[in-house]
Amino acid sequence: MTDPAPRPAAGPQPIGGTGESPLLTMRGVGKAFGPTVALDDVALSLQRGEVRALIGENGAGKSTLVKILAGAIRPDAGEMSLGGVPFRPSGPLGARRAGIAMIYQELNIAPHLTVAENILLGGERHTAGWLRTGGQMERVRGALARLQRPDIRPEASASTLRPAARQLVEIARALVQEARVLVMDEPTSSLGAADIDHLFTVIDGLSAEGIGIIYISHFLEEVRRVADTFTVLRDGRVTGEGRTADVTLDELVTRMIGRRLEEMFPKVPHERGEAILELGELGGERLPVDASLTLHRGEIVGIAGLVGSGRTELLRVLFGLDPIRQGSVRLATFAGRKLDPHRSLLGGMGLASEDRKEEGLAVDRSIAENTTLSRLGGLHRLGFIRLGAERRTVWNWMKRLSIKARDPGAPVRSLSGGNQQKVALARLLHHGVEVFLLDEPTRGIDVGSKAQIYRLIGELATAEKAILVVSSSMTELIGVCDRIAVMRRGRLGPFRPVDEWDEHALTVSAVGGEGARV
Amino acid sequence: MTEAPLPLEADMVSRPLWRLGVTSLAPFLGMLLVAVIFTILSPKGLTWDTPRYVLTHTVAVGLAACGMSYVIISGGIDLSVGSIIALSSVSGALVLHDGHGITLALLASVLTGLCCGLYNGVLINLFRLPPFIATLGTMGFYRGLAKWFSGSSAVRPERENLKGIDEWMLPSPVELNAPSFLGFSVGVWILVGVTIVMAAMLRYSLLGRYTLAIGSNEATARLCGIRIGRTKLLIYALAGLLAGLAGLMMFARLTEGDPTSAFGLELDVIAAVVIGGASLSGGQGSVLGAFGGALLMAFLRNRCTAMGLPSYVQEIIVGHIIIIAVAVDQLRVARSRS
Repeated sequence: MTDPAPRPAAGPQPIGGTGESPLLTMRGVGKAFGPTVALDDVALSLQRGEVRALIGENGAGKSTLVKILAGAIRPDAGEMSLGGVPFRPSGPLGARRAGIAMIYQELNIAPHLTVAENILLGGERHTAGWLRTGGQMERVRGALARLQRPDIRPEASASTLRPAARQLVEIARALVQEARVLVMDEPTSSLGAADIDHLFTVIDGLSAEGIGIIYISHFLEEVRRVADTFTVLRDGRVTGEGRTADVTLDELVTRMIGRRLEEMFPKVPHERGEAILELGELGGERLPVDASLTLHRGEIVGIAGLVGSGRTELLRVLFGLDPIRQGSVRLATFAGRKLDPHRSLLGGMGLASEDRKEEGLAVDRSIAENTTLSRLGGLHRLGFIRLGAERRTVWNWMKRLSIKARDPGAPVRSLSGGNQQKVALARLLHHGVEVFLLDEPTRGIDVGSKAQIYRLIGELATAEKAILVVSSSMTELIGVCDRIAVMRRGRLGPFRPVDEWDEHALTVSAVGGEGARV
Repeated sequence: MTEAPLPLEADMVSRPLWRLGVTSLAPFLGMLLVAVIFTILSPKGLTWDTPRYVLTHTVAVGLAACGMSYVIISGGIDLSVGSIIALSSVSGALVLHDGHGITLALLASVLTGLCCGLYNGVLINLFRLPPFIATLGTMGFYRGLAKWFSGSSAVRPERENLKGIDEWMLPSPVELNAPSFLGFSVGVWILVGVTIVMAAMLRYSLLGRYTLAIGSNEATARLCGIRIGRTKLLIYALAGLLAGLAGLMMFARLTEGDPTSAFGLELDVIAAVVIGGASLSGGQGSVLGAFGGALLMAFLRNRCTAMGLPSYVQEIIVGHIIIIAVAVDQLRVARSRS
């Protein structure tokens, strides 16, 4: 595939005429967990072929609502109907059989099975427990054809697929199982621009077939591109509902957070100081190929580019997590030559990983342990940690970054995405890092936390720290950075001041005018 | 930026102490339950001597379990501890057999264990072997060494050459005029001391903190600049060292260095750690819990013997204790997450 199929000028119109009953309705849905009210009198309807965006900050109740739909949680109040008949799923299996399919943020793929086996998983046809072979490949091929990806071979091992293709395999699974309602939770969070375009083409195709789609996303620009209608949740209540064509981005944000968009990117004045980090033609095992840059104190530098262009790899090689193949890294605050994570941190360079759950944080351990892990110095006496001092220190950071948790001893798993990210940043702050490498610092977190993190980044620059930000959100890079360069196929383009960039220029630069990758 | 504002402790919700203790208390509560059941079933056999017997029989497994806790919490496993115990009991026996003193025997056993543990650690680090495979290999290796050094038969030092080490593991030292404190023998106090130190280390030391972090998420630990290789080496070395000490205690009890002793004991050690609330996928567990687990198993064996139950009944019961302990723990975790 060289270029995503051109999108129709307007998304397919919902078929919901006056006489037709909606595909799905939820009415008066309520749910409380102990004293916390997660949902209160929530209503939502979906026509055949409608793409409805469900938006709201983390903790607004989106996932609870979707879990109720998927049969994973039983509501305290309210009723649902699917295809005109009352819908009371007995559990996840019941909901699936009724035609509700979920595509979760964490992709559910068995890497050791083939694509076909993954697609048929849970929907295998069998005779007395023996798998039927006849006609199965046709089912798989049919589903893949509807996703317009004939290049994904059914017999390929799922482990060889890239995230975008894995996601399509999951959608194919839903198609094989004849889903009527498809729920997608942050489907684009790990995709590059070309894959996102393709996904939207697929969504258009599915909605034209009459499948109803509930689309959860933090990317409001995307929501406006792909969805026909929207429902905004805030604190478990519906605070907005309507057609995406009739609403501005600003209005959506205001309904989500109750404040305005300009407040998202607070301008914190800062001044560029001396150079602190220099990369000379840095190359890794595979990526990046060639990256040179100079980072100064009191400066926020952004790196844009597609997922897979080598942005994350650049940070990893530079921090010492991956081996250096060629070129040099010079850190003004570190005298030694070869860098590994231990030495990088000694030299005052810290990395916040793009993958909070798998790499960034030990999610089963406490906030306190995660915060102090890289620097227990000052908190121990003769190798023995002073737990009281640790708790007090961490509590201060929690207050400083407004991390919402009852106690420094609470496991990180129990926090929302935004608060988890703040713990990852608290660790860097506690360590006293001078050079901040931030990989997707706001991925998958709520708008309120985003604004706080943007302000923090600005304040760090004021305090003469150096910040290198990698992000897939062009808006974000333009909003916070002083200089931006685009990475493409492992090569870092020239840095230009932020006022010489706009989102269009960044995108063109990222795809390089060569069309989209496959 | 790095200057923190003044601490405001009053705002901090503190965690009730009893909640911290629940995990490590579970095996003790289990034991209390089992004790009550057995006392009701057969009150006759239970005397004030029972705790002394049980504790004495816990020493070898308990010491090894202290080290194994660290290994399992770090996300690893050590299948070679049974063989290390046999090898180090042989080396201790050989030293005494040649007429040297207890100090040298202790040193020999502990160093043997330490070397074995270091070798495990090196294999795991250098060749990136999964701990299960590396220690499965060394399990045979150390057992082979034990047979080689002992000439394939038990090493039995002369009575006078034992220099009183046999008195370290007597269940009733007072009656036999052996060294004791509060009625318990030297071996029991060594176990108690080691358990306390290792438990404190897990909670308060850098090694303990790093062990938990590596087991919980190795990638995070790496990101935080923790030297993973070095830490793991230390963990396996420590486990080997304590298995070596356990080997000496085993010798003290049997008064012979038998290269075929402690066969399959690694499974008892792992069971003790797991009953004590550790997760085999790493990241959680407690040394006190492992001690409790070892105690619980020794207590069950003791009661079954006292009631005259055949050994297969013991095995059936102990097997199910492991299953129940882990099942209860899973339920607890599932509930705390939902």
